[in-house]
Amino acid sequence: MLKARISVPATATRGEVITVKTLVSHPMETGFRRDALGAQIPRNILTEFECLLDDESVFRANFHPAVSANPFLSFRLRAERSGTLTFRWRDQHGEETTVTRELKVDG
Amino acid sequence: MGLAVTFSTLAQDYALPSGAPDALTGGTPAMRAPPMRSGYHYQSAEIRALQDDDFANPGMLWVDQGDALWRESGAADEPSCQSCHGEPSSLRGVAVRYPRYDESMGGLINLEGRINRCRQEHQKQPPLPYESEPLLALTALLAHQSRGMPISVSIEGPAREFFEQGKTYFYTRRGQLNLACYHCHELNPDRYLRGDRLSQGQPTGYPIYRLDWQTLGSLQRRLRFCNTGVRAEPHEFGDPTWLNLELFLGWRARGLLYETPAVRR
Repeated sequence: MLKARISVPATATRGEVITVKTLVSHPMETGFRRDALGAQIPRNILTEFECLLDDESVFRANFHPAVSANPFLSFRLRAERSGTLTFRWRDQHGEETTVTRELKVDG
Repeated sequence: MGLAVTFSTLAQDYALPSGAPDALTGGTPAMRAPPMRSGYHYQSAEIRALQDDDFANPGMLWVDQGDALWRESGAADEPSCQSCHGEPSSLRGVAVRYPRYDESMGGLINLEGRINRCRQEHQKQPPLPYESEPLLALTALLAHQSRGMPISVSIEGPAREFFEQGKTYFYTRRGQLNLACYHCHELNPDRYLRGDRLSQGQPTGYPIYRLDWQTLGSLQRRLRFCNTGVRAEPHEFGDPTWLNLELFLGWRARGLLYETPAVRR
């Protein structure tokens, strides 16, 4: 399980565009580096990120080796309804880290 | 050395933040060129912005992890950090006093050492190795509590001899390049070492998130990196040489404000 930080506004008014920010701990080892003895350090990266509101996918991103360690994402959503936001990262081995936050929409 | 100025001279050019404790008394030579500046000052606007954003600052990942570890109990039913200390905020102001002289050890102890001693004595756990994730996380958590407070290590009494050794180290040439800490960090801050802007070497934000490392690292890791930079054999983690130098650097940075977790290039 990776360490993750999520920022979602506590409440939003209907139709408001909110900014969601995520930060996750991951070495994002590119696979191009070598250690002190010259041996290749195997690639170890996150490959996918998805944000869902209940079961609806609202934001997706693919990661590649050029993404820095501890990837930070900031994206915007239009708040139309309340629900549970699920944040899911998947690494190259298929291992998933999932964090949820409640989104509360007034009006 | 030509650089030694008396504190009274220094005070005219540069005033310590009000309320900052100061171990100096008039007449003691101060070995820094005013004004004192945190390494923050030498970073690009983007890096400073990253440090200033409490959400995006990657060092906060370790502070979060430290907070979770704080609540975990030790071996069997031994206490957690929280059982004895309450909330981490109760230790605000502690980190700025480290390293300090410890009577039972008859030597200096730094924040990492103090955390490990608690682990061994009260939690019956083996000490955490330097640069291990949990030790970095707990150190970051505690140092973060003191953010905004002035560094105020004590060099009084038995700490004095360790301080003097640290000072000697700072001014001693070493490595194939034959440079002392002093040559970069006192004679040349603000100037460029190839693409890098030299800082004054002030320990204000440790453990720091270094973009070069892509992770959090301790002050001793950074000092070892300096050793490598002048092509000297780095001292081992936890070596008394480092504790002495940490104390000297703390004294030299007295009054500068803690900013853990700092972000550096």
